[in-house]
Amino acid sequence: MFTELSSKFDKIFNKLRGYARLSESNIKEALKEVKVALLEADVNYKVVKDFISSIEQKSLGQETFKGVKPGQLLIKLVYDELVELLGKENKPLRFSGTEPTVFMLTGLQGSGKTTTCGKIAKFYEKKGKRPLLVAADIYRPAAIEQLKILGKNLKIPTFSQDAKPLKICREAFEHAKQNGFDLVIIDTAGRLHIDEALMKELAEIKSELKPQEVLLVVDGMTGQDAVNIAASFEQKVGIDGVILTKMDGDTRGGAALSIRAVSGKPIKFIGVGEKTDALELFYPERIASRILGMGDVVSLVEKAQESIKIEEAEKLEKKLKGERFTLEDFYDQLQQIKRMGPLESVLGMVPGMGKFKGMEMDEKALTKVEAIICSMTKKEKVSPNIIDGSRRKRIASGSGTSIQDVNKVLKQFAMMEKMVKNFQKMDLKKISKMFSLVNYSQ
Amino acid sequence: MAFFSRLKSGLAKTKANFLDKIASTVGIHKKIDEELLSQLEKTLLEADLGVTATEKILNGLKERVKKEKIEASDKIIGLLKEEIGKLLDSSGTTSTTVGTAKLRVIMIVGVNGNGKTTSIGKLANYYKEQGRKVLLAACDTFRAAAIEQLEIWAKRAGAEIVKNQPKADPAAVAFDAIKSAVSQNIDVVIVDTAGRLQTKVNLMEELKKIKKVMGKALPGAPHEILLVIDSTTGQNALSQVERFSQAVEITGIILTKLDGTAKGGIIIPIVSELKIPIKYVGIGEKIEDLEVFEPREFVEALFE
Ligand SMILES: Nc1nc2c(ncn2[C@@H]2O[C@H](COP(=O)(O)OP(=O)(O)OP(=O)(O)O)[C@@H](O)[C@H]2O)c(=O)[nH]1
Ligand SMILES: Nc1nc2c(ncn2[C@@H]2O[C@H](COP(=O)(O)OP(=O)(O)OP(=O)(O)O)[C@@H](O)[C@H]2O)c(=O)[nH]1
Ligand SMILES: [Mg+2]
Ligand SMILES: [Mg+2]
Repeated sequence: MFTELSSKFDKIFNKLRGYARLSESNIKEALKEVKVALLEADVNYKVVKDFISSIEQKSLGQETFKGVKPGQLLIKLVYDELVELLGKENKPLRFSGTEPTVFMLTGLQGSGKTTTCGKIAKFYEKKGKRPLLVAADIYRPAAIEQLKILGKNLKIPTFSQDAKPLKICREAFEHAKQNGFDLVIIDTAGRLHIDEALMKELAEIKSELKPQEVLLVVDGMTGQDAVNIAASFEQKVGIDGVILTKMDGDTRGGAALSIRAVSGKPIKFIGVGEKTDALELFYPERIASRILGMGDVVSLVEKAQESIKIEEAEKLEKKLKGERFTLEDFYDQLQQIKRMGPLESVLGMVPGMGKFKGMEMDEKALTKVEAIICSMTKKEKVSPNIIDGSRRKRIASGSGTSIQDVNKVLKQFAMMEKMVKNFQKMDLKKISKMFSLVNYSQ
Repeated sequence: MAFFSRLKSGLAKTKANFLDKIASTVGIHKKIDEELLSQLEKTLLEADLGVTATEKILNGLKERVKKEKIEASDKIIGLLKEEIGKLLDSSGTTSTTVGTAKLRVIMIVGVNGNGKTTSIGKLANYYKEQGRKVLLAACDTFRAAAIEQLEIWAKRAGAEIVKNQPKADPAAVAFDAIKSAVSQNIDVVIVDTAGRLQTKVNLMEELKKIKKVMGKALPGAPHEILLVIDSTTGQNALSQVERFSQAVEITGIILTKLDGTAKGGIIIPIVSELKIPIKYVGIGEKIEDLEVFEPREFVEALFE
């Protein structure tokens, strides 16, 4: 029941690989499973229906089945359609020319507005803006305090006042103008889209402050109701874009598709954590390929091209195919992975590694393994069995670790060597686990 | 009965939606045919029941239609009610037990922003109204102003609070709270924890630790571990229930934000497949907006 959408698609298209060409009936069968997968990903029922019929038409009209594997063709069609639906390009948020720019964050209770205000302030401060946070949630217990603390931690000023939200916003704008702030970020209270009085409050703030961006903050785990929420906020307030939060979990994020499809509004950012730097620009291709279980193939290939020298990769491949795998090779491998960026994000991009996403990578453990291997002589790296007690002691002191650490690496390496022999293939997950690169304890 | 009417008013929109759809479906289709069934499928899927539960319900429905030779489409609501009732029943749900322990410790867990702290305020009030002495433990030491938020709720409910500094060890706060409750003759301790996504290994480990330490402060504690689920949540709620149950034993669920337009249909697969009872529902942001969940009444309120 909890299989990722990606593995679903894998299954469907694996089945298709057996066929020489796509027939009407096996497209239908595959699309039926695509439909189930999308529904289980929380894509809205109507959106799914439109999606499927659009794919069906496109795939049946296709004449170029020759030469291309049928499964691949269908993957491409589904992928392209997903990207299309998610919105092709990500335009940056708009800024005002002269007056301070105003962003207003809105949404249901607990969707992540206040936290995201902090994240956005930080994001644009880094780009040279002078943001002012505005506490316009006068209802929720300690909401003002929450924004103030976020602001204090970020060293970004917060404006608050004992007044009605509209007045707070008005005065905050004046305060910004007078004090050289060029970006005003308004945190509004969470509200139900059917709460007419509170929706009117937002509309009033909007019509007076004329924000450059009214952003709807939506929980990435939202189900079928996402379409109603987005439609109501669009109709009663008018929104310019969407921020999808809590995407760091295992939600399949179908809400992204739904909202985009019904409101036509672009998704600007995704929230990927509780910390103030856990904000990413939204890339439709990435989300689409993740949904399809293709991993973030495009970015992975790009990153790999930048960082892995081709000979290096070939050498490794040869090793893995038949020759012995040594500690030296493992060290090279670690270097390549490191050059590609933070471990967690790299692993998230590898197809089939979706399950790995939630675990936190321990870069410190990685450094330790590296240090230990670096303190070995070339001979030791190639033939670890010569590493006796006194060598272990030397390696430990050379790498600033303990003998136990060295023992652990050697033991784990022995296990991995066996595994590589068995599978003739790298399994990053197992390797990382063995070397305690995955941090289970606090 | 308070539950019944409150939930009904809270669910008014939900109900109208749900019934309107079915009614209009039934109006169009006099006979129970494929078209009608696919309309019902749509209704259930759009209520977040999910593919599996929807299929199960519709299959049960089809079987009965066949066996009992039902032809008129206006019988369909009664049948649907029965089928959904069956699913909710299959968990053997019981209403909240009071328990025998003198001091009752209730731990509240769940993903971020789904209404844990607010529900604690409401629960504290609920127990206070029963004449119990309540103490809240501010174990969300992570989120900005989480402690201040709980303090406000404690004040509103007239409950005691035990807290520490932001970033303090939550397990230590829980320990102190229970010890202090024992010495003050408190009846109910409710422990607020930081929101965490169920996939975060470290944070789930932290939860286990908090639970373990509570048991050290008072053998048998926590007596109840309630998982909060936002009724706006889609299929991810299943993963939440599964993973939180793996980490700590979930004894029940609080379904919040049922005053919105989300149907909360996800509770149906949760109760029927994962066998965890729903104990309370949240139907607003005020202190009295919490009701004990009664499955039978829930189905009635949904279909009446
Ligand atoms: N894991 C994760 N948690 C998030 C993310 N964004 C916000 N949160 C958490 O979600 C919870 C709710 O966030 P808030 O910023 O308080 O939400 P809000 O929309 O301001 O809530 P109200 O003001 O009560 O409506 C907090 O625990 C945040 O730390 C995210 O991208 N990932
Ligand atoms: N409409 C409605 N809003 C609710 C309900 N329960 C909680 N809320 C609102 O949801 C938002 C989040 O509630 P909190 O109690 O702070 O949620 P939490 O789970 O403690 O959040 P974190 O500690 O950040 O994970 C607040 O704005 C609450 O007022 C409910 O039943 N109905
Ligand atoms: Mg807020
Ligand atoms: Mg809380």
